[in-house]
Amino acid sequence: MAFKHKHLLGLYDLDREEIETALEVTASMKEVLGRDVKKVPTLRGKTVCTLFYEASTRTRSSFELAAKYLSADTVSIATTTSSIQKGESLKDTARTLEAMGVDIIVMRHPVSGSCHFLSQIVNAGVINAGDGMHEHPTQGLLDLYTILERKGRIEGLKVALIGDIYHSRVARSLIWGLGKLGASVYLGGPLTLLPPGIEEFVSGFSSDLKEVLEGADVIYMLRIQRERLESGFFPSLREYSRLWGLTVERAKLAAPDAVIMHPGPMNRGVEIMPDVAESPAAAIEQQVTNGVAVRMAVLYLTATRGEGV
Amino acid sequence: MKAAKAEEPSMLLIEGGRVVDPQSGLDEPLDILIIDDKIARLGCGLRDAMGLSPEGRPVPGVRIVDAKGKIVAPGLVDIHVHLRDPGQEYKEDIESGTRAACAGGFTSVACMPNTDPPIDNGGLVRYVKERARDFGYSNVYVIGCITKGRKGEALAEIGEMVREGVAAISDDGSSVRSAEVLRCAMLYARQFGIPVICHCEDADLSGKGVMNMGKTATLLGLRGIPAESEEVVVFRDIMLSRMTGCHLHVAHVSTKGSVNIIRKAKEEGLKVTAEVTPHHLCFTEDLVKDLDYHTATKVNPPLRTAEDVEALREGLKDGTIDCIASDHAPHAREEKEVEYDYAPFGICGLETAFGLIWTNLVQRGVLSVSQAIALMSQRPAHVLGLGKGSLREGGDADIVVIDPDLEWTVKSSEFHSKGKNTFLDGYRMKGKVVLTVVEGSIRHAEPGFLPFLPW
Repeated sequence: MAFKHKHLLGLYDLDREEIETALEVTASMKEVLGRDVKKVPTLRGKTVCTLFYEASTRTRSSFELAAKYLSADTVSIATTTSSIQKGESLKDTARTLEAMGVDIIVMRHPVSGSCHFLSQIVNAGVINAGDGMHEHPTQGLLDLYTILERKGRIEGLKVALIGDIYHSRVARSLIWGLGKLGASVYLGGPLTLLPPGIEEFVSGFSSDLKEVLEGADVIYMLRIQRERLESGFFPSLREYSRLWGLTVERAKLAAPDAVIMHPGPMNRGVEIMPDVAESPAAAIEQQVTNGVAVRMAVLYLTATRGEGV
Repeated sequence: MKAAKAEEPSMLLIEGGRVVDPQSGLDEPLDILIIDDKIARLGCGLRDAMGLSPEGRPVPGVRIVDAKGKIVAPGLVDIHVHLRDPGQEYKEDIESGTRAACAGGFTSVACMPNTDPPIDNGGLVRYVKERARDFGYSNVYVIGCITKGRKGEALAEIGEMVREGVAAISDDGSSVRSAEVLRCAMLYARQFGIPVICHCEDADLSGKGVMNMGKTATLLGLRGIPAESEEVVVFRDIMLSRMTGCHLHVAHVSTKGSVNIIRKAKEEGLKVTAEVTPHHLCFTEDLVKDLDYHTATKVNPPLRTAEDVEALREGLKDGTIDCIASDHAPHAREEKEVEYDYAPFGICGLETAFGLIWTNLVQRGVLSVSQAIALMSQRPAHVLGLGKGSLREGGDADIVVIDPDLEWTVKSSEFHSKGKNTFLDGYRMKGKVVLTVVEGSIRHAEPGFLPFLPW
């Protein structure tokens, strides 16, 4: 089976075959989740630690559930309750965890590249649960899996990715993943939120949503954070919403069977209107459900590196 | 601590080397006789002339260095180093920093004032000079602050610092934000005939950037520092130099645009000089990715693109850029062993600068031997008016012996600097300074190069 990595730091480093393997394993994990007894002994005796330097609801809980469903022991460290508050360095925290026998560390961190740094200083496997503006690979995989479930394929699809691309690790993971699987990615949003040099990696971009949405098979809306407003990337939420919010009318520009996605949490009425978010075209809850299966797949694949499948 | 000076006149004869002195245009096999701290004679067959031939009788106090197959050059001069003293001696101090300088072939360094407290008054200038006199291996020139506390507001006591002998003023580490404050500083500095060295960077455009803005930063999710952040301030500061008639020296030029702006200023005849670091001449932003966010790659200005590297090399060759300076910026290990955003900017450069230039620019034919030596000795000395960087009878005996073919591997654990922050560990170099003589006394010798010739 094609998956050779001990760590999952980003989708950029995976090849197509590895991503496909992860999606296949996700399907079998999803089958496990459908059983009455949602537990398999795959990671019995392994310890998974979630180390979160940023707040998170869904990512953290889905990793913990995923680890438990695979029979791993879990320990979770939050920045507000640990010696991190006392100024302990990441290096010392990581060494401490390792000294206690942790096998896999799932980390979220506000600084890009922190998971690379962690993987260089510990022997444990490292799974990136979101690092700064760099990557959020398990979100990328669950998005790919959801698209696959909805559309039956990824190759050849037109995906419109709209909003704050600049600050988004979700966007980056998705762009790399979709690119490797043969989809065309079009970016939309204000130019101030487009990262420099991204043109090289996508099929097109425009600040005019009409161009981006036309004929899209997937509309992926990104969350707008209020602190971006304060930094002057755009003048007001009202103006943002008017120019780049996804309304029912705008959604109609896409292909008739287009699927609408959002990584959550949503700002209803800002980047996405409530009636769009709750329409049958929306796959937002499905994304959350698939999050657990994807994380089971990733824990399993990195722990075993594909052996014994 | 450096060796005490001998009571007797000491003589050192550097024999048979290829003597390259860009200032006089000298490039031929010659002997150099040093008596005490001065070059006494430059010539052929000095041993015979002095009656020191092998058959002759030994003369006490004369040592002979065999420089055959080696290049003998003026001691190298680095006009941009951070010695971190006072206040940050855990990163570096005057003794360790100048020891590192000598190991790298630098007989003179000029140290930046972004210390703690910043060197912004005559008393602190005197402190550094006295420490350097007592503990320094190399010559140390002091650069004072432009503004009090490096805050960019009120002028520092520039006149007082000049009385104590500062070579220049600079708020290196950041730009003087207010054009008006800098205008006054330049006009004020002009009275004393000292250059103003500017770190050109628009703090707002750089924001929280940690590497060059562009494709690679986007790929890595790191915030970018655009080339324009440097260029707008290079342009502004050149305008202020034109307005005030003050000598502006642009520190660590890193972009093609800056090179073009400086070239135009020089064509106009403005009193503008510029320096570039070895790392900006030899590496690109790709290194941040290739080395997986290694924090030693975090430098300010950031490593730029291949196009910028090409333009910097062109600028060196056509004289737009006057000299090479290391921007030696040592940090403690624990400061750099952190997440990328949290690490301080800077790389240790003193002990790798010459090797990088020799390996990447001289061995590959970008610069001639004489050009490279000029760019690292005579030219930087000239920028600050130090009266160093040449080999002439009666002049200071600051001399290096270079083995142009010595292959070696960088090991930061063996640095004399307290700072080990470099991305060059394991890097293969060709060419090394094997002997460093500062005002007549040997301050560094590569293991195996000495002992002295028997006679």
